Order: sequence, then structure tokens, then C-alpha cells
Amino acid sequence: MEQMIRVLVAKPGLDGHDRGAKVIARALRDAGMEVIYTGLRQTPEQIVAAAIQEDVDCVAISILSGAHNTLLPKVAALLKEQGAEDILMLGGGVIPDEDIPFLLDNGIKAVFTPGTPTSKIVECIKENVTK
Amino acid sequence: MFDRSKLDQMKDKANQYEAQVEKSIARFPERRETFVTGSNSEVERLYTPEDIAEQDFLEDIGYPGSYPFTRGVQPNMYRGRLWTMRMYAGFATAEESNKRYKYLVEQGSSGLSVAFDLPTQIGYDSDHALSEGEVGKVGVAIDSLADMEVLFDGIPLDKVSTSMTINAPASILLAMYIAVAEKQGVSADKLRGTIQNDILKEYIARGTYIFPTEPSMRLITDIFAYCSEHVPQWNTISISGYHIREAGSTAAQEVGFTLADGIAYVEAALEAGLQIDDFAPRLSFFFNAHNDLLEEVAKYRAARRMWARLMKERFGAKKEKSMQLKFHTQTAGSTLTAQQAENNIVRVTIQTLAAVLGGTQSLHTNSKDEALALPSEQSVRTALRTQQIVAYESGVTNTVDPLAGSYYIEALTDQIEQEAMDYIRRIDDMGGTVAAIDKGYIQREIMDAAYEYQRAVELNEAIVVGVNKYQVEEESPTGLLRVDPVVGENQTKKLQALRSSRDNEAVEAALAGLKKACEGDENVMPFIIEAVKTYATLGEIADVMRSVFGEYQQAVIV
Repeated sequence: MEQMIRVLVAKPGLDGHDRGAKVIARALRDAGMEVIYTGLRQTPEQIVAAAIQEDVDCVAISILSGAHNTLLPKVAALLKEQGAEDILMLGGGVIPDEDIPFLLDNGIKAVFTPGTPTSKIVECIKENVTK
Repeated sequence: MFDRSKLDQMKDKANQYEAQVEKSIARFPERRETFVTGSNSEVERLYTPEDIAEQDFLEDIGYPGSYPFTRGVQPNMYRGRLWTMRMYAGFATAEESNKRYKYLVEQGSSGLSVAFDLPTQIGYDSDHALSEGEVGKVGVAIDSLADMEVLFDGIPLDKVSTSMTINAPASILLAMYIAVAEKQGVSADKLRGTIQNDILKEYIARGTYIFPTEPSMRLITDIFAYCSEHVPQWNTISISGYHIREAGSTAAQEVGFTLADGIAYVEAALEAGLQIDDFAPRLSFFFNAHNDLLEEVAKYRAARRMWARLMKERFGAKKEKSMQLKFHTQTAGSTLTAQQAENNIVRVTIQTLAAVLGGTQSLHTNSKDEALALPSEQSVRTALRTQQIVAYESGVTNTVDPLAGSYYIEALTDQIEQEAMDYIRRIDDMGGTVAAIDKGYIQREIMDAAYEYQRAVELNEAIVVGVNKYQVEEESPTGLLRVDPVVGENQTKKLQALRSSRDNEAVEAALAGLKKACEGDENVMPFIIEAVKTYATLGEIADVMRSVFGEYQQAVIV
């Protein structure tokens, strides 16, 4: 049997807007992936620890507070520090287009902004995770 | 509502109409098999007197300004005074926010509304580890009374009404407001405004909780008790459906869950020994305004009627003011699109009409660029102008509750009331709102609706113009408002200076007094006011409370 793709959906920072994170968690589950959702207010350290402990293939981070330029690269750097840079990292939320190149240069594989169909995220994960 | 014999006479004509429609549809099929509201509730082709035959005009609709207030809380509504145009704003530092407030007052805004940054909302100082990257981002950073003094500098607090979107640490920010007013020479009984102070919806939908449910409810009843004696013009809570709707609920869920929260606060206050007619007049509500214009109007009318009935029948309120559901409205942030952002002005206009036709007491209109970033000054002005055009040019303010008597509106008002009451009954059966939150019931119901909507959009069953239909290639927007990261550093420096210049013994003594009050059952408000006056920081005060009350652990529900 084919192994299931495991995804950690994470919410770093202090914002409580988790509608997007939860909708995506469900959509990924409906697409046949195993999904772990961290809940709110996770530090980058907690997210990375969960990713490693749960042995996930992908960390999908949702952030709407505007703190993305600080927090997303920090998660990526910590993953690298732990030798886990092979974990696919995705970001999503209210993120201005002009911030995206910086995030892509700092360990984030793709950034999804408002209005993105969940099918596009599923596709991106399937393309980038080989099992 | 109608003479039965007249309704019977309609039957023949109704049958003829049905036959006519069948014939027409056979040749030209309708655009879809079923038509649904924005909340996915089925809509009939036509509404007639038959749909509201069971309604009684005086019992169910009645006159504005009297029970059950379906048509509005004032007898003449906007012919007397327009709603308060209250724009939610708060940027980075107290200095910048102060400037924005002065600008808004000059532009004709009639009330202030303060947005706090997330560390402030969760009771952390700007130099706390978890505050990294968040200081001043979604609102103003307030660490101590010193910041609050700057925030309201030159704004006479006896002249403006101020709404503060603050929940878990509402007691602390209210204490600071009272202390600033005192320095201006304004006594607490002159203060007008609102604190959101609605912790239950934080657990359900918004996420800025600190303490567990029980001490949180105590803090709220302490505020009720303190204000009814010392700050009598203050609205002590704004029971909020807004965030429940933003999280993806339907219109009926928004009403049902919000009023269920309201019931929980009333019960907590009664249990704490307060008298219903002493605190109920100061309860206020906060609803969303979505795109489905007529469903939204029906929603506000249903909410007013339900609350009046609940207060009178369930809680035995005697004062009319206790039965009046007064509410603030904000247009729906979740309906704004990053694509073709100028279309958002049109959406906000529809939503403004919904709120006004629904009889709102105050309104915030979102700016077109909010799906991209914090709004620019120019787009905030357009959003405010939208309200002013509806107020002065559209004519909808000339008569009270103009949509009353529409067969559709009245039938929909009934339907939303029934659906929302079903939710309240289910929550009662579970042992009340707190229990329903602990079980994850409310969160799951909202999540199901949110997912259903997302699915409908992806299948093109629900059309979002510019997103899944009528798309265009666009250039990335530029010139978005940004918060300088230096704000965090400056706030940290200010804190350091404050901690070394204040009377730290006085701070310690005040915090020790507060701790004792938290451990016992005295009202904590006077102790918090004492502490803020010594320039104890928000984080220090919240930490004392955390040490006694503990912290809420979220049930993770997907």
C-alpha cells in the first residue's frame, strides 16, 4: 500500500484567525493525506519539534498577523539546524506579493495568498513530496 | 396576519401561477436547480402572504422602539440621529494612532475605535519572547499607562465615545482608560464607550484568550459590577457574532451562538448576585454584515426580536432597555478579495446597506485593500465615505425599517429566529455555552459551514467575482502600508526606561494587592486601577493573574 503523505498544519505567532488553517487541514485530509494541526500560538521551536516528532513530509504554515517575514524564515532555519531541511515548507495567509521572493529565498517552497483554491495546495504537496 | 378567507381566495391564483412557471421553466430552465442564500439556506421562487400567515403584527413585528423591537430600538431610528460611523483603527505606536484618531475626528468620524496589537490583546509586554515580530502589527502596542496617556493625548475623553477591541485583558485596558481620564480631570461617570470583553467568542473563533473559562467569567462579572456603580455610561461588553461569522458560520449560527454567549454572561452575572435590570441595559452586541443583503437584514431583525423575548421571558427583565438589542456592525472582512481589490468597495456598499436597513447603532466599513495589508489612509476615507453616501444620498434612512412587511424579509426573519433558537436549545441541553465550547460543538458546527462554503467556491457553485469568475491578469499592488520593525525595538526601550524610572516598590505593593484579590473573591477592578496607576505594565499585571488563574488550553478541533 502506498504510504500516506503526512502534513503538519501550523499556526505560529499570536493571531487567532485559524479558519484558513482548518479549511486547508480538512482539504488535505480529504485529499488522502494525514494531517496534524498544531493549534494556535506555536513558537517556531514548537513547530519544528512537532514536525520532527511526527515525522512529517510537509509543514504548512498559516499566518495572518503580518509577522511572516520574521516567523517563516525562523521555522525554516530551525528545520535546517535539525537536519530536517528535506521537509517541504509552505506558507499561506495575508502576505503581500512583494514579500514572497524574500520568503522563497529563505527556505519556503511556495506561498499561497487569499483566493487560492485548496486543490492547488494539494497539487503542490503531491508534486514536491515523493513517497 | 391576513384574513383567512382572503388567503383562501388566493389559492386559485397561486395554482395558476405554479402552472405558468412550470410551463416557462420547461422552455427556459432556471439558472440553477436550487437557489440559496449566502448561508446556503434554500430560497423559494416567490414569497406571498401565505408564508407569513401565522405572524401577528403586534406580537412579532410591532412598532419600532417597543417590544419585541423587531423594527429597531428607537421609535424614529435614523430620522433622529444617524448611526455612529466608527472606524476601527490603531497603528504601531501610540503616537501614530493618536494622529490617526485626530484625523478621523476631523473627517467627521463620531466615535473612536481602538485596535490593539496581538501582544497587548494576549497580555504580553512588547519585550516578551512571544511578541517577536508582532509588536504594533495589527494595532497599537500598549505596555503601560504611559502609552495610554500618549494614545489619548489631546482627545477630551468626556467628549468622545471610545470602543476598545480588547477581551482577555479588558479589565486592565479599561483601568488604564479610567486612569487617563482622571488625569484629564474627567470623572469615570462621564466616560462613554465600549470594551469588547467577550471571552467566549475568543474560545470559539477569535483566539485571543488568556485565562481558563471560569476565572474569565469572573473577571467579566467583576467589570459589570464595577461599572454599574462607577462607570454607568460604559458598555461593559460587546457580545460578538462578528468573528463567529468570519470563522465561516452561517447567518443563523451567528445569531444563535452569539445570543447563547449572551445568555451565558447574563447567567454568570445573575449568579454573582447582580440584578438583571442593573446590568442588562449596558450589554451590547456586535454583528457582521455579509453580502446577502436581504438575509442580513432579516438576521438583525431576528436577533433583536429573540433577545427581547429571551430577556423578558427567560430572565424576567422589567426595563425596556434591558430587552433592547443594540449592536455595532462591521462589514465582512472575509468577503474581501485580494483580486481586483477595487471591487471590494462595491461589496462594502452592499454590506453597509444591509447594516443600515437592519437598524445598526454603529458601523465600521472595511477598506478595499484589507485582503492585502493594513488599509491606507485613502482607502479608509473611501470606506467612511461609503457610509456617508448611504446616510445622505441613498434615501434609506428616511423611514424606519423600510423592508418590514416584505413577504420574503418577514419569512426569513422567522426562519433565522427558528434556526437560531434551535441552536440555543441544543446548547442548553449540553449544559450551556461553556460546556458546548469545551465539547468543541460550536467550533465544529462553524468549521463544517466554513468547509462547505470553500467547497462550493471551488466547485463554482458559489461565485466570487474576480476569484472564480471574471478573473483578469493583475499587477501586484504596491504602496501597501507597512509597520516599521523598529517599532518593536522602540517599545522595548521605552519599557526599560519605564521600569527604571517608576517607583518599583509601589508597583510591587499594588501587584501583591491584586494577587490577593484574585485569590479571594473581592472585585478585582479597584486593584487593577491601583496597579496601572503605579505604571505596572500590562504584562506584569496579566502575569499576576496568570499565576493565580492559570491559562486556557485550547481543544484543537479540525
